[in-house]
Amino acid sequence: MLKNIIIAVILIVFAVLFFDLFMLYEARTGLTGIAQYYAQNGAKEVGAANLVTSIVVTYRGFDTLGEVTILFVAASIISFFLKLKENDESKNISSKDTTEILVTASNVLVPVIFLFGIYVFINGHLTPGGGFQGGAIIATGVALMILANPNIKINTQIIHWVESISGVGYVVVGIFGLILAGGFLDNKITGLGEFGALFSAGAIPIIYSFIGLKVGAEISNILNKYQKSQKND
Amino acid sequence: MINTEYFTLGHISLLLGFILIIVGFWGILTQKNIVKIILAFSIADAGINILIVSLGYVIGKTAPIIDGSVVQKAGIDVSDSIVDPVPQALVLTSIVIGFGVTALMLAYAMKLFTAKKTLHINKFNDLKW
Repeated sequence: MLKNIIIAVILIVFAVLFFDLFMLYEARTGLTGIAQYYAQNGAKEVGAANLVTSIVVTYRGFDTLGEVTILFVAASIISFFLKLKENDESKNISSKDTTEILVTASNVLVPVIFLFGIYVFINGHLTPGGGFQGGAIIATGVALMILANPNIKINTQIIHWVESISGVGYVVVGIFGLILAGGFLDNKITGLGEFGALFSAGAIPIIYSFIGLKVGAEISNILNKYQKSQKND
Repeated sequence: MINTEYFTLGHISLLLGFILIIVGFWGILTQKNIVKIILAFSIADAGINILIVSLGYVIGKTAPIIDGSVVQKAGIDVSDSIVDPVPQALVLTSIVIGFGVTALMLAYAMKLFTAKKTLHINKFNDLKW
């Protein structure tokens, strides 16, 4: 009883605080500070049509490197926690038969989903989307495969190689920026190209493809660990 | 009489963010099943992300992508036709971190389930005094 009262009091205090903030809110009528600078110079300096991409990959590229690292650390810890015993590896996951509809739909849809994910991360500098979104779409394809066939064997070697190569490639492109352009992860190593074209914005499509492959591989790896952890019972 | 001043896009998304945060806190504090608690964390997370994006909203402006709806030309000043791109870039980071945290929590939940064959939070009282 006392617990319920405390919970109610906490929620009411939050509600009052938020209501006050809501009443004080006034929508902004113009950009301020750093956003103004990005809007004025982003297209000229970086050459990406999507300003969010130019911030994520170039102006705050170091942030994104850290972000990818955090995802990698999360995947590693999950692998460590859900590690199987030797004699569990060969067991099958007991599950009900999946329906014909799900199996057929996954056969048709999985390649299309992979293609769409690749489209999203290659066009990250032109349209909404980018490496993280494309990687997540690729991982939904893997999730659909696992749902359709719970005992499917996912080739972990390929996942590990894709993940390692794209991680190293990302840092190598960053170091090229240090040598050939203004600094670490600078995108002007190849020239900016025609604004709005697919091959434009210097190294951004390359970096975003590496990020997309790495994120897709990492999330697929996490899904694979969850799938395998069902074997031990 | 309802004040129509509060029916702008900025206000609606702000209100949605606050409501989702409170629903998430309610779930964290009251639910007994660990998976439901993790879901409540995700809901609060989504609310905070909507809140940050809505704080970058500028009245009557479009998405920060330089295409047909803005002006398709490099070197042009678009600062009077787009919303703030910085909160959107930060929310991208926040979503990825939120994903990592949720995945880790689910792995812990699986580990806890194998230890005690239950997900009821009151059964995990080993550290209670």
